[in-house]
Amino acid sequence: MSGDKDKKTVDARGKSCPEPVVLTRKALESFKDQEIEVIIDSPVAKENITRMAKNQGYKIDVEEKDEEFCLKITK
Amino acid sequence: MNEKRLIALSGAVIGFLGVLLVYLGNAANYGICVACFIRDIAGGLGLHRAEVVQYLRPEVAGFILGAFLIALFMGEFRARGGSSPLIRFIIGFIVIVGALVFLGCPLRMVLRLAAGDLNALLGLAGFIAGIYLGIFFLRKGFSLGRYHNLSSSNGYVLPVLAVILLILVAVKPAFIFFSESGPGSMYPPIVVSLIAGAIIGLLVQRSRLCMAGGIRDLILIKDPHLFYGTLSLFVLALVGNLAFGYFDLGFVDQPIAHNDGLWNFIGMLVVGLGSILLGGCPLRQIIMGSEGDSDAGITFLGMLTGAAFMHNFGLAASPDGVPQNGQIATVLALIALLAIAFKNVEVGITSKPSKSVASGIKK
Repeated sequence: MSGDKDKKTVDARGKSCPEPVVLTRKALESFKDQEIEVIIDSPVAKENITRMAKNQGYKIDVEEKDEEFCLKITK
Repeated sequence: MNEKRLIALSGAVIGFLGVLLVYLGNAANYGICVACFIRDIAGGLGLHRAEVVQYLRPEVAGFILGAFLIALFMGEFRARGGSSPLIRFIIGFIVIVGALVFLGCPLRMVLRLAAGDLNALLGLAGFIAGIYLGIFFLRKGFSLGRYHNLSSSNGYVLPVLAVILLILVAVKPAFIFFSESGPGSMYPPIVVSLIAGAIIGLLVQRSRLCMAGGIRDLILIKDPHLFYGTLSLFVLALVGNLAFGYFDLGFVDQPIAHNDGLWNFIGMLVVGLGSILLGGCPLRQIIMGSEGDSDAGITFLGMLTGAAFMHNFGLAASPDGVPQNGQIATVLALIALLAIAFKNVEVGITSKPSKSVASGIKK
């Protein structure tokens, strides 16, 4: 999805709660210190992932496009 | 309003309404019970003939319409579906089997605890055990697959059903059943139930309150956010029960409850596990169904069918305990749930980080 070698993308569109959070968490654990991009299409998942990332000390940047959200999570 | 205040306020209002609805007419410790209300609706439609639990609870129509309207207003209504609908129907069915063995959904479990019914402690232990089991499968990669956008008409089905139920309960045609005794005969005026239900639907849609999610997030991601809702619900219900004089601490002779600890535990274990696999407790399913999630709508129909079966075949518990056939049904339900959980575990990413297909993670 992205040419950037240091960026990993989690495509959690269509995944129901709490799968987007579980997938994001696994990605954060697996690819430490790299930017994780999460694509989701549910406001609930956006809130949950944002809360989890902030609680764990990550920075999170949210972009909304049509019905989708792109979250960029960095240390 | 920030998220934390909203979840605490939602829990508090719902906890208080749970007691107030008893004061206004619902049976004791029966202010709000999603499983019982669905069972009463199944009875009111004549899908089972347990004469003491037949009433088309307008609270449920309220949950649906409150959540539907606020979701529409906030731009969160979106018709979607296709994530293992038939399996969700079965899990919904199974969750009600567990709930009607314990005699309550997770929300009523909290309300029972707040009224001093210590049998609910065994239920709570089972519920937490079920959630732990569910988290085990989530960590292994359990998934019911992706949903897709659907035409908006799919999202209107549940709200339309709610309106039909409201018309039927108001018009009282001869083919609709109304209990003449027992919990099904006890209720406030329709408009009171409807408004209370709509407030609950609205609050749960906005705050995402979920009885299963609260405990799940606490364990899975160490996030107490949703649990604040459960906690404030308990505290306000406790205060309400004390204020109205409903609080009665003990195991014996609790309203609409039995004191068979083992089956209280197993019943709620089934509810806990099932709720985690579905992604939310029975109330949350109704709310998501009202936001356009047709998978959750199908789950609601599964719960309605499960309730009908439980009473048609004499499987549901009563204050006398759990009938033997009900015990067998619960064990079979648990086995089916475990089979579903095992069969839907996808390969996790941690073992094969370079693969991108099943996990939804692309490198």
